[in-house]
Amino acid sequence: MVGNLLLRGMMVGVLAGLLAFCFAKVFGEPYVDYAIAFEEHASHAAGAAGAPEKPEIVSRATQAGVGLFAGLAIYGAAVGGLFALAFAFANGRLGRMGPRSVAALIATLGFVAVVLVPQLKYPANPPAVGSADTIMARTELFFAMLTFSVVLMIAAVMLARRFAGRLGDWNAATAAGLVYLGVVAVMFAALPDIEEIPASFSPVALWNFRIASIGVQAVLWSSVGLLFGAVAEYAARTSDASRHPSGAAAFR
Amino acid sequence: MTNAAYVTTAPTTARAEPIPVSAILPWAAFGGLMLLLTVYFVGAEEGATSLIGGSFVHEFVHDGRHLLGFPCH
Ligand SMILES: [Zn+2]
Repeated sequence: MVGNLLLRGMMVGVLAGLLAFCFAKVFGEPYVDYAIAFEEHASHAAGAAGAPEKPEIVSRATQAGVGLFAGLAIYGAAVGGLFALAFAFANGRLGRMGPRSVAALIATLGFVAVVLVPQLKYPANPPAVGSADTIMARTELFFAMLTFSVVLMIAAVMLARRFAGRLGDWNAATAAGLVYLGVVAVMFAALPDIEEIPASFSPVALWNFRIASIGVQAVLWSSVGLLFGAVAEYAARTSDASRHPSGAAAFR
Repeated sequence: MTNAAYVTTAPTTARAEPIPVSAILPWAAFGGLMLLLTVYFVGAEEGATSLIGGSFVHEFVHDGRHLLGFPCH
């Protein structure tokens, strides 16, 4: 049962990764190219003239093609699998919601917790933005924010479930949402900012890259949510129909 | 008219019976770990930390890593 869900989630995730790849190719790659050109220009200007070029392990064409696709498809499969596990826990445990609504809710909350909140604090950076000396600290801060946000979101959902009986579904969800936002706001204030944007880097290119990054994730998460929901709903209907053969006629 | 009888007895896709937590946990523990490891390879391997060494993985998924919002280099 769970293994089945997991498999479906990962397959849906690969498909979502493909859609995200199309989006990334059109809206993201131009700014990656701009940033790499900027980076090369900057390293030439820094007096590297005459120094041998660093050999390319993977060509730019591969990075922007197969590499980008593989990265997004594999990430999509992982997100889809984790999504399926969340669905296994949530389905039938969130009030009167059907499978499609449960999937939509997980996709929305997952996007907020995994993408939106961490990226609002530590936005995506194209190549050339960010110093190589601080990659350690930047990675730690980003993953700390990500982990904290996800754990907090799971806690908020459990809180909402606990108080749903006393406050009603809507009020309990609102209260839990406020708790999540409040703690996130404290985190935003407490964690350090990172300021490493080269002075002559185009602010418009940076903004567009960051929006494209959120867009790639939005395409991925909404596709996983909608596709997984459709598959789960279909599975629920067919198993319902086989359990109640007389009722199945209504679907014909 | 004949359809009406069917419609009233049709099963609404009511909410599913929850899968028992004890049935999910082994999958969540093992599968979850593998999936998180996968995210790590796309998002962070050969950046700040490296499990297998070299820089092929980093270079190969480079654009995806940047566009997914992970710190890359
Ligand atoms: Zn990079």
